Amino acid sequence: MSSIKALWGDRRAAAGLLILAALCVLGILAPLIAPADPVVQADVLRTRFLPPFAVGPDGTLHLLGTDRFGRDVLSRLVYGARISLAVGLLSVAVSVGLGTAIGLVSAYAGGLVERGLMSLTDAALAMPRLVLLLALVTLWEPSLILVVLVLGCTGWMGIARLTRAEVKGLMGRPFVAAARATGLGDFRLLQRHLLPNALTPVLVAAALGVGNAIMLEAGLSFLGLGIPPPSPSWGNMIAGGRDALVNAPWIVTFPGIMVVLAVVGCNLLGDGARDALDPTAR
Amino acid sequence: MIRLLGRRLALGLGIVLVVVTVTFLLVNLAPGDPARLWVAPGAGQAELETARRALGLDRPLLVRYLSWLTAFTRGDWGVSLVQQRPVLRVIADALPHTLVLTGASLLLTYIGGIAVGLIQAFRHRTAADTGLTVTTLIIYGMPAYWLAIMLVLVFSYAAARYGWPIWLRFPAMGVTSLDAEFLSPWGRFVDRMRHLALPLMTLAAIGIAGSARFIRGAVLDVKGLPFVRTARAKGAGRLAVALRHVLRNALLPVITLLGLSLPALFSGTVFVEVIFAWPGMGRVMVDAVGGRDYPVVMATTAIFAALVVIGNLLADMLYSVADPRVGSERE
Repeated sequence: MSSIKALWGDRRAAAGLLILAALCVLGILAPLIAPADPVVQADVLRTRFLPPFAVGPDGTLHLLGTDRFGRDVLSRLVYGARISLAVGLLSVAVSVGLGTAIGLVSAYAGGLVERGLMSLTDAALAMPRLVLLLALVTLWEPSLILVVLVLGCTGWMGIARLTRAEVKGLMGRPFVAAARATGLGDFRLLQRHLLPNALTPVLVAAALGVGNAIMLEAGLSFLGLGIPPPSPSWGNMIAGGRDALVNAPWIVTFPGIMVVLAVVGCNLLGDGARDALDPTAR
Repeated sequence: MIRLLGRRLALGLGIVLVVVTVTFLLVNLAPGDPARLWVAPGAGQAELETARRALGLDRPLLVRYLSWLTAFTRGDWGVSLVQQRPVLRVIADALPHTLVLTGASLLLTYIGGIAVGLIQAFRHRTAADTGLTVTTLIIYGMPAYWLAIMLVLVFSYAAARYGWPIWLRFPAMGVTSLDAEFLSPWGRFVDRMRHLALPLMTLAAIGIAGSARFIRGAVLDVKGLPFVRTARAKGAGRLAVALRHVLRNALLPVITLLGLSLPALFSGTVFVEVIFAWPGMGRVMVDAVGGRDYPVVMATTAIFAALVVIGNLLADMLYSVADPRVGSERE
């Protein structure tokens, strides 16, 4: 567990971890923290567009105001954290799975398999991701699972390249030859010796990937193509608040700040981890 | 060099082909029937069948794909289902707007990113460096559409409400004002620039934040090398060393950044165009996808893919110009 200690020693990584942990706690404890139900609306005409710190007709304090259906913005933000974090983590899990598998196989098999898989990676890398996302998500029925799969299947390329480079470097090392000399099969060798040693840069890339996925999910939801309403997602909250930008700017402002927080948290963790866990860092 | 260029071009064409093929499959396998756009509301099954046959949608997928591909490569891009205009016309109207926006923001991204990155690297571990690091980190974390909305809130609404001077007040949407036709040539130019301001500010701010982070690292890597110390020792000024010796060598990884940052720039453009009602490719694409305008979806996808490929190619070429060791020995 020395790597956790090393992470904690890096100021940026520690700050990133703290931010992300806070967001996770927010999401998990959403029912306890949220002062109101994020979906149910009360008497619309009297509760909508209440500014921050206003007290509603039923006596609840709306710390961050209400939206145009009279729903409490803070409550929706807190529940939105669940969706954003779930989409970020799950989709990156899909990319890491795909990416490490492709990277491992191509580095280990070499030859034609490697050339083929790497050309595939290059082609996928040149695809405009948003174009693909837009086409997929609009033409098929948007749902949480679709968004996760689509983000995951379009984000594995960097990880595949990283894994391949790492494993190629490791294969020439004596401990791999020693392990093979003890009669280890291909699968055990990959699983026990190559994968764990190649994992550090992959985890760094994964941390950065989570931030990217959160941003893209919010973007898709913003275009009305992500998580379908009424489920609160930071992206569709920004989209919903755009109509009332002049009269109720708080509806747009706060979910954006949440996205920034989440992305900054991931980037801090990723950058910090790269320096903290890399023994050759300056 | 020429051989390398040829190979890269062939590879790029292959990539564009893969992208349009994947898109074609996705679009055609998706639920929903484009023939519905061609029949009146309430039309029966018989009319729908007729329309489907007339549009060629009753043929097998492979046949449709091949006939679409041959037509597409011959320059026959079909007619937009929603706008009822030739797709080429739609693209020709939209593409210049996108190129102006992305081109200008790319230029600003580089100038601004290099300036900020240099300042940070040469003021390494000072308050200025820390401040700029935090600022770029936060701006880099902002979704383009949200930053765009915030800029509109400040420079359009707040500026109008509190009567800010005209040079701090920018229009929130469109490319020109309604009365642009009646302005003098100079007035028309100023009007266009004022409309460009907010979309450009959005894209450039995020671009500068991203590239400055990168350039700072690249400059720091070069700054400590012996030849820089030598240059200082022989009496070259600080600025001359920074620009002539450090920046030149730090630029290599920055060129790679050009190719890598293009897809992100284009996706940023899509959002920014939607917000600012900028009539470019991104808006055309979002509208086309929303309206199931299949010919336009295919065409915009192909063009975005081609732009990314060209950008990567350009970066590769620049790279081998900047560093002659690259290219000759590569594969």
